[in-house]
Amino acid sequence: MTLLAFADAINLALREELHRNPRAMLLGQDIGRSGGVFRVTADLQQTFGADRVVDAPISEAGIVGMAVGLCLSGWRPVCELQFDAFSYPALNQIFTHVSRYRWRTRGAAAMPMVIRMPCGGGVKAPELHSDSPEAYYCHTPGLVVVMPSTPADAKGLLTAALRAQDPVVFLEPKKLYRHARGEVPETEHIVPLGSVRTVREGSDVTLIAWGAMIDVAVQAADVVREEGVSAHICDVRTLSPLDRAGILDAVRASGRVVIVQESPRSCSLASEIAALAAEEALYDLRAPVVRVSGYDAPYPYYSVEHYHRPDWARVVDAIKQVLAA
Amino acid sequence: MKCEWALRRGDSPELFRVLGTPDASNVPHADVADDSHALMMYRQMVALRVLDERALVYHRHGRIGTWAISWGHEAIHVGVMAALRDTDWAFPSYRENKLCLLRGMSPEAILAGCRGQPEGFWNPHEWRVGSICIPVASHVPHAAGFAWGEKLQGRDTVAAVFFGDGATSEGEFHEGANFAAVTRAPVLLVCTNNQWAISTPVSRQTRAMYLADKAVGYGIPSVRVDGNDVLAVYEATRQGAERARDGGGPVFIECVIYRAQAHAFPDDPSAYRDDVEAEKARREECLGQMEAYLRARGLLSDEQAAQYRSEALASVAAGIVKAEALPTADPELIFQHVLEEQTPAMRSDMERLRAVRTRYGSP
Ligand SMILES: Cc1ncc(C[n+]2csc(CCOP(=O)(O)OP(=O)(O)O)c2C)c(N)n1
Repeated sequence: MTLLAFADAINLALREELHRNPRAMLLGQDIGRSGGVFRVTADLQQTFGADRVVDAPISEAGIVGMAVGLCLSGWRPVCELQFDAFSYPALNQIFTHVSRYRWRTRGAAAMPMVIRMPCGGGVKAPELHSDSPEAYYCHTPGLVVVMPSTPADAKGLLTAALRAQDPVVFLEPKKLYRHARGEVPETEHIVPLGSVRTVREGSDVTLIAWGAMIDVAVQAADVVREEGVSAHICDVRTLSPLDRAGILDAVRASGRVVIVQESPRSCSLASEIAALAAEEALYDLRAPVVRVSGYDAPYPYYSVEHYHRPDWARVVDAIKQVLAA
Repeated sequence: MKCEWALRRGDSPELFRVLGTPDASNVPHADVADDSHALMMYRQMVALRVLDERALVYHRHGRIGTWAISWGHEAIHVGVMAALRDTDWAFPSYRENKLCLLRGMSPEAILAGCRGQPEGFWNPHEWRVGSICIPVASHVPHAAGFAWGEKLQGRDTVAAVFFGDGATSEGEFHEGANFAAVTRAPVLLVCTNNQWAISTPVSRQTRAMYLADKAVGYGIPSVRVDGNDVLAVYEATRQGAERARDGGGPVFIECVIYRAQAHAFPDDPSAYRDDVEAEKARREECLGQMEAYLRARGLLSDEQAAQYRSEALASVAAGIVKAEALPTADPELIFQHVLEEQTPAMRSDMERLRAVRTRYGSP
């Protein structure tokens, strides 16, 4: 075990996999000599060379589209897109090809690639640097969508993604890159894709969240604990396909559910989870499910971003609401 | 002082031609392919033409769905594929769903694809042909990435990607071309300039003098070829492939023709196109030119030409019968190959669907 920042845990996973798999290669803007804008790929080009850690032109559709061809040629490309909202120029490739190639070829040509990108806000960034695009990806069949919330999970889930036979969209909450530090196994560490993590057991209320919102959920749970409220916290971590059984277990732990997400509310993953609870666990619910989320508005100027992004106070308020119902 | 604006790349805009005029008596020995090779290309062009002719009929009779017509594009498909090695790859757009035929796939499989049957969705590794690409131009980066990936592994594979004039307006054409140039990927960018993108003429597509000029901006050598001349397409591709294989990076081949048929069925070109122009193009189309050349050189007799046609007809006719005899597709197909493993949600959806069909029957 070693104490690592979230970004360094990702770097370690990439480094180990580049060593282990001679067909793994990284592709992205500024990821080579500069190590990426968040230094996530620092020093990898020095170790593995410019053909395996490739500085790409500013060309998101090009990067992901090239990765499709690289998969056909036997490589396992790992694409880094510089920011959440700059994955939008690549959505055509992701939606029309990456997610469908296996299906289109009746299983003959898989797309074992990882598309990594920083996501979310809370770091006083300019417009289009703080989006939470997970719902777009979760709405697309054929993709696996992952968002870790701890350094250990970042390493373990990324290692699993790097060995998966399906394309994985790997979302890295940029707020956590340097803020989150934790113990990370130095030896091979794989966290299987597709199962939730129980952050904390509890019986009065269930908080369901992912990524950087786990910290907010934990803060809120600590506040209500003072009043004797026991909160169960579930980290979804694989956002698609959802661990429906794991989520329903969490729902049933208390029957009072608050879902916390950064992204806008409408048609979001929180909505999906709420619908799942209604369809499968209605009679276990003791209160209507409540969503705490970003608003249905563009992620705002950073002078007001802390109002948009759920904080412990909004979560506490929602907890009171479900407890009163 | 006035500055000088460069508007054209200055290179010769002459179309590269081998066959020359359709007047057979003037045709010299082409000298780019030996006689048996030339005859093989003709035979393949006939096979593609016949498939197209029959598919139009099948479409009218409701036996297949949408069919993208390639009538008049045969010299490009055949010329390019004949110049590639068997290990080289092709990346087709929606219009080149017949390319696999040139690699030995059956008409049955291709027609099955147009009947929405899974049998028409091929294994790219088996035929060295990428999946059919419906979104215009988005397969250009695939070909570039594939070719680059091969080069990085020390293999000398070349990839040819087929797209139209309209595709050169899409971002992904530009991203793919730029990436190919930067990585020196051995990819042949084969542009079929048939003057039309559905109803949009090339003059509404670009203000560039020539589509080939677009390559110049990326540092990619380009050539303009008479796309009705199979030997010219073959020769340009051969040279381009050799160059790419030797480490020269990508090339751009603009094949100029005129789309004398409809865009696809259904489409009615009389709404936007001058019939006289189309009729003229039909007289210059590729199959007639090659036929005239072969006859002038004494390589093709009437009987031989008729035999190629009847062979092709028989194989397409058998193909549609076999395609129609394929078992009715199982609705459970919907849940196959989306991901490596079916998710629990998919399994429960599938069981629900099965139960509903048992209870109420299939509509
Ligand atoms: C991204 C995208 N936009 C629109 C379409 C609809 N569409 C199908 S074919 C076509 C015309 C393309 O023209 P061109 O690239 O010249 O190729 P051609 O059909 O002439 O072979 C269009 C617009 C599409 N398939 N993909």
